[in-house]
Amino acid sequence: MKLVTAIVRPDKLDAIRGALESYGVQGLTVSQASGYGRQRGHTEVYRGAEYTVDLLPKARVEVLVSDEWAGDIVDVLVATANTGRAGDGKVWVTAVEEAVRVRTGERGDAAL
Amino acid sequence: MDLTAGHVWMMVTAAMVLLMTPALAFFYGGMTRAKSVLNMMMMSFVALGITGVVWILWGHSMAGGGDSIGGLFGNPFTQFGMEAMLDTEDLIGAGFGATFAIITVALISGAIADRAKFGAWSIFVPVWVTLVYAPLAFWVWGGGLLSADGAIGSWAGEAIDFAGGTVVHINAGVAALVLALIIGQRKGFGRDPGQRPHNIPFVMLGAALLWFGWFGFNGGAAGSAEEAGLIWVNTLAAPSAAMLGWVVTERIRDGRPTSLGAASGVVAGLVAITPACANVSPIGAIGLGIVSGILSALAVGLKYKWGYDDSLDVVGVHLVSGLVGTLALGFIALPVEGEGGGLFYGGGFAQLGAQTVAAVVSMAFTAVMTLIIGLAIHKSIGFRVTEESESTGVDLTEHAETAYEFGGLGTSGTFVPHPATSGHLKTHTKEGANA
Repeated sequence: MKLVTAIVRPDKLDAIRGALESYGVQGLTVSQASGYGRQRGHTEVYRGAEYTVDLLPKARVEVLVSDEWAGDIVDVLVATANTGRAGDGKVWVTAVEEAVRVRTGERGDAAL
Repeated sequence: MDLTAGHVWMMVTAAMVLLMTPALAFFYGGMTRAKSVLNMMMMSFVALGITGVVWILWGHSMAGGGDSIGGLFGNPFTQFGMEAMLDTEDLIGAGFGATFAIITVALISGAIADRAKFGAWSIFVPVWVTLVYAPLAFWVWGGGLLSADGAIGSWAGEAIDFAGGTVVHINAGVAALVLALIIGQRKGFGRDPGQRPHNIPFVMLGAALLWFGWFGFNGGAAGSAEEAGLIWVNTLAAPSAAMLGWVVTERIRDGRPTSLGAASGVVAGLVAITPACANVSPIGAIGLGIVSGILSALAVGLKYKWGYDDSLDVVGVHLVSGLVGTLALGFIALPVEGEGGGLFYGGGFAQLGAQTVAAVVSMAFTAVMTLIIGLAIHKSIGFRVTEESESTGVDLTEHAETAYEFGGLGTSGTFVPHPATSGHLKTHTKEGANA
């Protein structure tokens, strides 16, 4: 099993959800995140004083998938989240030892 | 005595001026960070509560109701508690005067955002109103030193201060500077981007309500229909022009006109027209507004250069535009029945001299008195919260409240409707923060 984690632009969330659903993903977890990469932050001006805000709002999407799906899910995420501009985010994959469906106690791929 | 239109007008305008202090709470509250907005608004609210009581007990008597004591202040006991005024119409004017004292002291709080002990502020308010505001109001409006017959006024000439350029704005602006210097900078002043305003719509709401109230502030004491009309038009003209002056300055200097700049420009123009509202022409008021908007827009940056943390720019807006309005009268005051007037109306330097002396005397008096009061509080109980309390946020540590709850954090815990012991909050917030 793999955990696919993507940090993306919050406004891309709906498109990503739609794309993953049509691929066949049954569930995912979304949380609010903030951070910065190469695009850094934005600047606000109050009474002439500049305030640069480095940490920008991002969405974190996490999907738990079987090993054979992981590569495709990454491709779907990257294709959907891409705008070509700095600040599009990152996608990474981590190995997962075990997963359990809380309701039934099913384990492994059956729990996904 | 029958209730006349004049009585009604003064009572209505007094209620309008009273509304300016809650308006100020919004104006200032929006400019602070989210974790100290309640404290900021409470400093205005408690100024209202404390001064409302003090003014009735002895403030009014000291500011002009009582017998003059050497031209310095009125005897606080002559009309203590306003008992001697029962069955007189003087109560109306006394109520009107109270609202000015309230807003003046509340204005100062903008200089000490995020870091003042609420208890220290609650001591500062009555002492400052008693020892600084009431005497200065007496000097200018109550027949004291700066009045036509007063020791300074009879020598330098009587300064024009219709609604409070010296008594309210220069006074509050200087006091704000002194307190900011005593208390010191916020942690991270000039570096921390978290110190930017958290709610600009609050600021604009506050500015709008201040402007509404200011028609009462300037117009409440109008003596005739002609004067009332001039005051109303000037109270429209100067803030409008000052708003334009401020945002055009920003457009040229920073590249964009801002909402905070527009709201600030309105207040700067209102401050500048305050002393001058009954004594300049509408075109004069427009010119005055433009100048005050530009100068205040430039002045608010000085705190970063010189290092005094006047957090919400009481100095840049109230002191600077208060001086602009007070001194401008030396140039653009209209002659009265062909007599006097400012330099531009052929009145010579007499008015400019009188205005300058009044401004300098007010500044010196307020600076010295506020320094003594502020230092006395700071050296005894301390005016400033602990560093940890400042990081946690003074809303939580000084008031055990938070302004905003969106359910994102801190949703787990306990709730006790009727705590068994008093002071239970201390274990959770105040002492925890001080430990």
